[in-house]
Amino acid sequence: MTDIAKLNRDLAKMLKGGVIMDVTNVTEAKIAEEAGAVAVMALERVPSDIRKEGGVARMSDPKMINEIKMAVSIPVMAKVRIGHFVEAQILEALQIDYIDESEVLTPADNLYHIDKHAFKIPFVCGARNLGEALRRICEGASMIRTKGEAGTGNVVEAVRHMRAITNEIHQLTNQPTAEWMTFAKEHGAPYELVAQIAKTGKLPVVNFAAGGIATPADAALMMQLGSDGVFVGSGIFRSDNPAKRAKAIVMAVSYYQDPKVLAEVSSDLGDAMKGIEIAEIPEGQTFAKRGW
Amino acid sequence: METIGVLALQGSFAEHMQALRKIAGINPILVKTADELARVDRLIIPGGESTTIGKLLNTTGLSINLCKRILSGMPVWGTCAGLILLAKKIDDEQPHLAVMDICVKRNAYGSQLASFECQKLIPEISNTPINMVFIRAPQIISVSGTTKILAEYEGKIIAAQQNRMLATAFHPELTADLSVHNYFLRL
Repeated sequence: MTDIAKLNRDLAKMLKGGVIMDVTNVTEAKIAEEAGAVAVMALERVPSDIRKEGGVARMSDPKMINEIKMAVSIPVMAKVRIGHFVEAQILEALQIDYIDESEVLTPADNLYHIDKHAFKIPFVCGARNLGEALRRICEGASMIRTKGEAGTGNVVEAVRHMRAITNEIHQLTNQPTAEWMTFAKEHGAPYELVAQIAKTGKLPVVNFAAGGIATPADAALMMQLGSDGVFVGSGIFRSDNPAKRAKAIVMAVSYYQDPKVLAEVSSDLGDAMKGIEIAEIPEGQTFAKRGW
Repeated sequence: METIGVLALQGSFAEHMQALRKIAGINPILVKTADELARVDRLIIPGGESTTIGKLLNTTGLSINLCKRILSGMPVWGTCAGLILLAKKIDDEQPHLAVMDICVKRNAYGSQLASFECQKLIPEISNTPINMVFIRAPQIISVSGTTKILAEYEGKIIAAQQNRMLATAFHPELTADLSVHNYFLRL
C-alpha cells in the first residue's frame, strides 16, 4: 500500500523553504541545527577542501556519519560517488534519510548513474539542465538540485543551471505535442517525463539550488529564481562566523522576497569564503561536468 | 468571507494553499509577518522541520503574537511539525509555542526508511477512511487537560483536539482528501 517513490518525493517537500548545510563533524552539525538548517549533509571534506587537496573523494566514514546522526534530530544526508551503488547500499544500511549521488565526489562509473529504483532510501541528484534532471528522475531520484560549481563560493553556475531548467520548462510548455519527441531527443530526456512537464509546467520533484552559494543574498537570489530551497556547502564553515552566517542564510531563504530583512541579516557577518572565478579553474577540474 | 492563513516560514505551506484553494468561500493567504497574522481568522502550521520553524518564529518575534492569537481562541491546526510546535511538552527539547496539552515524541518512527502511508477512519472528521501520509512523523505520547484523542494507529495517538486547536501527525496536505481541511474550517 505504501508508495515509496511518492513518500520519498513527499519528504523532499517537507524540506522546502529550507537550507541544507554541509557539515564535517558533530560540532558543525550542532551549529547547523541550532541555526535552523532543515537537514545536514555529512561529509569528511567540504567541496572547497576537496578542490584544494585533490585526490579521490569518496563516501565518508560511516562512523562519522553515525556520530552526526546521533547528534542531531533533523534529517541527515550523505554523499556517494556517481554510479557507486555499493556506497549507496552502505548508506542505506546506516539508515540515514537521504543520499546525494554527487559530482563533488570522484565518479566511480564513467557511463552509468545508480539505479535508484533499486533502493528504498531517497536520492537527490545534481543537474545542469532539464534533460539531465529528467534522466536522474527517471532513474529514481526523488529530489533534484542544480549542480552549480561546488566549492567555489561563486553563484554564477548555480544561476546558469537554474535558469536553464526554468527556460527549458517554459519552452516546452509552449511547444505543440508534435514537437515533444524532438525535444526529448535533443535534450536526452525520457519522453514520458517530457510530455508530463509540457502539460504541468513544473518538475515532478522538489528542486533545490546548490554549488557556490556563500551569502544570504546568493540564497535569496536562487529562491527568487525559483528554487524550492538551498544547499550551502563550503559557504558556511569556510567563512569567518559560521553560526551567524548560517542563521542569516536560513532567514534569507524564508524571507527571500523581503529586501529589508535581507539587508538586516546580511549586516556584519564577517568575511564570506574567499571564492574562485570559474574561468580560473583548470580545464577538466570542474565538478559540474561529471555526470552523464 | 473568512481569511485562512498558512504559516509560510518553511515546509509544506504551498501544498496547504493548494488544498485550501479547492474549497469555496474562503480566502487563503500565506503568513510570514505580524501584519499578515493579524488579518487571518484561522491558521494552519504546516509540515516541515519543527526546529527550523520554531527558531524562525523566535527570531522574528512572531511566536509572541501567534501565542496570543491562539490563547484568545483563534482556531489553529498543526500538521506534523506544526503539531510539535503546538505541544506543551516535547520529549527531547524545549517546547515552542506550548499552547496545547499534548506530550510529543519527535521522529517517533525513525528515519525516512520508516515513513509510511495508511488509511484510517476518524468518525468526528469524515464517514470514509482518510488517506494518511506519515513522514518522519511525531507521535503524541499522551494528552491531558481538555484535549481529546481523535485517532490512534497501531497504538500511537495520531490526531488530537483541544477546543479549537487541532493536531495531526500525518499530512492531509499531501493527499487529494480535503476532509481534515473541511473539519478544521468548521472548528
